[in-house]
Amino acid sequence: MATASAGESIQFSSTQTLKLQHEQTLLGHEDRVWCVVWSPKGNILASCGADKTVRIWAKEDGKMVCRNVLSGEHNRTIRSVSFSPCGNLLISCSFDGTCCIWDRSKSGEFESMITLEGHENEVKWARWSACGEYLATCSRDKSVWVWEASEDGSEYECSGILTHHSQDVKQVLWHPSMELLVSASYDNKINLYCQDDDDWTLHQSLTGHDNTVWAISFNATGRRLISCSADQSLKVWELDGPMKKTGVWKCMLTVSGDHPRVIYSVDWCKNSGMVATGCEDDVIRVYTLDDTDGLSLSVVHAQAHEKDVNCVSWNPKQAGVLASCSDDRTIRLWQVVAATETKLI
Amino acid sequence: MCASNDFSACDIYDLIRDIKDPEFSQTLEELKVLREDLIQVSVYSDVLDIRITFVPTVPHCHLATLIGLCIRAKLERDLEHFTHKLYISIAEDSHTSAIEVTKQINDKERVAAALENPHLHATVQECIDFVND
Repeated sequence: MATASAGESIQFSSTQTLKLQHEQTLLGHEDRVWCVVWSPKGNILASCGADKTVRIWAKEDGKMVCRNVLSGEHNRTIRSVSFSPCGNLLISCSFDGTCCIWDRSKSGEFESMITLEGHENEVKWARWSACGEYLATCSRDKSVWVWEASEDGSEYECSGILTHHSQDVKQVLWHPSMELLVSASYDNKINLYCQDDDDWTLHQSLTGHDNTVWAISFNATGRRLISCSADQSLKVWELDGPMKKTGVWKCMLTVSGDHPRVIYSVDWCKNSGMVATGCEDDVIRVYTLDDTDGLSLSVVHAQAHEKDVNCVSWNPKQAGVLASCSDDRTIRLWQVVAATETKLI
Repeated sequence: MCASNDFSACDIYDLIRDIKDPEFSQTLEELKVLREDLIQVSVYSDVLDIRITFVPTVPHCHLATLIGLCIRAKLERDLEHFTHKLYISIAEDSHTSAIEVTKQINDKERVAAALENPHLHATVQECIDFVND
């Protein structure tokens, strides 16, 4: 779990007037960019999209540049990428029905290590559990698969197939400290699963959204989960009672009226507590926590991109640094600053 | 991106009226699947907001999804350089699965995946490249 050291941690109060300062636009993808994500150390950025490539970006002379283009493993759109907790592994999920795990522990560069096959059609997302032992994948085939890594991490075996959704599964996410798995679906539901003896079972189904749930994100403590939907709302779900994987989750807050279109992405910053959203209206919005535990809309950055914002991702180490990507084929880097243009670090 | 406020419902209708029906040899206009009065165009913050409602020929038309895909593919191609948002729906009560199909053809992920399917892609191209003599 990413936590900021005392020197890095920041608190933005809801009364501050904030804005997003554009830092850089990363060009290179030749089609829609679906996903952008920081490595756990926050020094590498990975992106992927309809051009069937994964791009690896890192800083050189103060600017992010493309260090590597990973191609040849997928013959359809690459929907998402995700890092392992150690940052040495990267998984790409494709509409071709496969996932590819890339390893950089040998040469320093990401090299294709294994292809995971099993889903019947498009794989939408994959994520490692906090300890790195489990990997979850989800697909349009309505299923969520849990894979278990071998001791040396070189092989993955399927240890459970969860078929509780009635429609395609858009995203999977692990709890930051417990072995609790969450999935979001086109069937408007969010499902939570945990292990009962050796079997993965459905623990709770969260209903309330009226349309596809596109993305989910935990806060730093893992006591809250935020979801975004095609119903144009955000919902915050809270663990009721002590921190255990069999705990019951309840909806504590619905934020509606701020987004006029589909919300494709939501990310809860583990350092600052800020929540960023990426919306079909090309806007990036940032919420801060207010005194009553509500979310206060602090930044509405219109025309953040020229087309739909597909994904937003907070840097896990550098406070207030946000990456976004879009149908406009670009990735953009932003810094949250006070409207007086003073950096709040 | 170009200015988007020069488009009217009539212009949008002109771009899609000659799409061929996937099943019949007539166009969507000839089959009255598309009607100009069921197209709404507005401009909001320089973004062209297009809402198209279509009427399948029969309530159980199994190609309704494909018609939606064709309309979307044609407009995405023709309006590539104009900032626009597109919402396509099936007229209420005109189809037995109107809500389900409407949801499907507005899910950009599903649309993108469908258009990468070589067979579907070829069918869509054939319908939108149709020349009405």
